[in-house]
Amino acid sequence: MTSVETRPVVDEVFLVDPSIKARRRQTVIVIISRLVLVVVGLLGWELASDRLVSAFWISSPSEIWSALLRFATNGQLLPAVWVTLAETAVGFVAGAVAGILVGVIFGVSPLIARILDPFLVALNSIPRVALIPLFILWFGIGFQTKILFAATLVFFPVFLNTFSGARDVDRDLIDVIRVMGASRVDAVRRVLIPSALVWVFAGLRMSIPFALIGAVIAEMFTSNEGLGYLIAVTANQYDTAGSFASLFVTTALGLLLTWGVSQSERRVLRWRA
Amino acid sequence: MTPILEYRDLSKVFFKGNQQIYALAHVQAEVRDGELLAIVGPSGCGKSTLLNLSAGLMVPGTGEVLYRGRPLTDVNTQVSYVTQKDNLLPWRTVEDNIALPLELGDRARLPKDERRARVTRYIELVGLGGFEKHYPSELSGGMRKRAQLARSLVYEPEVLLMDEPFGALDAQLKLVLQAQLLRMWEGTGRTLVFVTHDLVEAIALADRVIVMSSRPGRIRAVEHIELPRPRDVFTVRFAPGFGDYFERLWSALRETIDHGQGV
Repeated sequence: MTSVETRPVVDEVFLVDPSIKARRRQTVIVIISRLVLVVVGLLGWELASDRLVSAFWISSPSEIWSALLRFATNGQLLPAVWVTLAETAVGFVAGAVAGILVGVIFGVSPLIARILDPFLVALNSIPRVALIPLFILWFGIGFQTKILFAATLVFFPVFLNTFSGARDVDRDLIDVIRVMGASRVDAVRRVLIPSALVWVFAGLRMSIPFALIGAVIAEMFTSNEGLGYLIAVTANQYDTAGSFASLFVTTALGLLLTWGVSQSERRVLRWRA
Repeated sequence: MTPILEYRDLSKVFFKGNQQIYALAHVQAEVRDGELLAIVGPSGCGKSTLLNLSAGLMVPGTGEVLYRGRPLTDVNTQVSYVTQKDNLLPWRTVEDNIALPLELGDRARLPKDERRARVTRYIELVGLGGFEKHYPSELSGGMRKRAQLARSLVYEPEVLLMDEPFGALDAQLKLVLQAQLLRMWEGTGRTLVFVTHDLVEAIALADRVIVMSSRPGRIRAVEHIELPRPRDVFTVRFAPGFGDYFERLWSALRETIDHGQGV
């Protein structure tokens, strides 16, 4: 049998198949439409500003751009991005690790899951923002309060997904590996966790924006650095351009982080054809 | 000599929702060390239940399953179980799937080179060379079956339990894999319990054929197949004597089908 590792030579007849062109054309249409939407949106905003609505309220793209340049050149932007990124990352990792751990424990032991279920439901229904004053009381206004808050937002989606994934595991696979002589630890490590990983990643993708939101909210409450602080402080000074500028940077950061998680997901879950 | 597996007056009821299912009734049989035993019966006759009991994945209702004379109380790790579904780990490549049993228990202490050599040998034996790095989702049904076969043989268990392993394959592929299985089994001295609903397959492969009735599964007939070995699955069905075996077993099987659901 010939190896299929090497890509087969494509018969030329398929290269002239019109469906390839049609497919390519659609991609081009998608990209161009998106660009047009962005340009029309920005242009409309620019024109509406001070003509339909006072620039005091909605600023304008050109002012936002110069505010962005101002932040970038006066050394406010990079440190703010850096601080928020660090809080987001650490909060995300802490919340995710805790969520995966508790999810796997729940998945492995239905008894523990039954005992603890109502407590977790209760914890999940606490309005998380209400915890910030307590966290400040306990940990001060530093880094810890922010990562802790971000982690509480990340924990539940990751935990719930991991738990579902662990319950969803194919019992037959566990049986098969037990007959091969697997211990319980082997079964968890080699079947339960890899099988739950699809769900875990769905949870991670869902919760990475939460980590960022958590960090930014905590900064808005109590901080003198970070993007949340920048948003709050510019709004307090009626600097709408500055507020929008920091908001855009935050959004871009969120997109970047989501993209990063999706990339690692594609790598880890390569087996999903 | 003590049989390697012994079923003593085995009965089993289980529940599907609130419905009681009588899977086995008074099954009394033994599997001899080194034989190839085929169990034939209509679908739903408790054949799979019998294998699950042999693997220790189920406990008997009444009666006992003995392995080498000792009652089974836990999962039987002396056997290898080829289930109907291929049950490959979808996140592992072909070679990593086949290497799986060698990562478990005492076998994990085998030197790495030895493990890799064994995996390579069995990949070649089942004809999967060139597909080592493929994931199960990238393989055809027949190739997944081969991978599963390699995985269950690679750790060289005492007993191989096979539950309609070739049931879902087309007729040609079935013959090819039967031949491959015989080639790998004949001369090893290992025990093989092969469940099927295909009587021709059973006679072609086995030393002994047990016919079971439909639910609740009981043993209806036992037949020694004294066709010479090594056997060629492609021609054995034309060998003298094959027809007689077929007729005798078929009449036993037909009775169970008529009684069971009236085709």
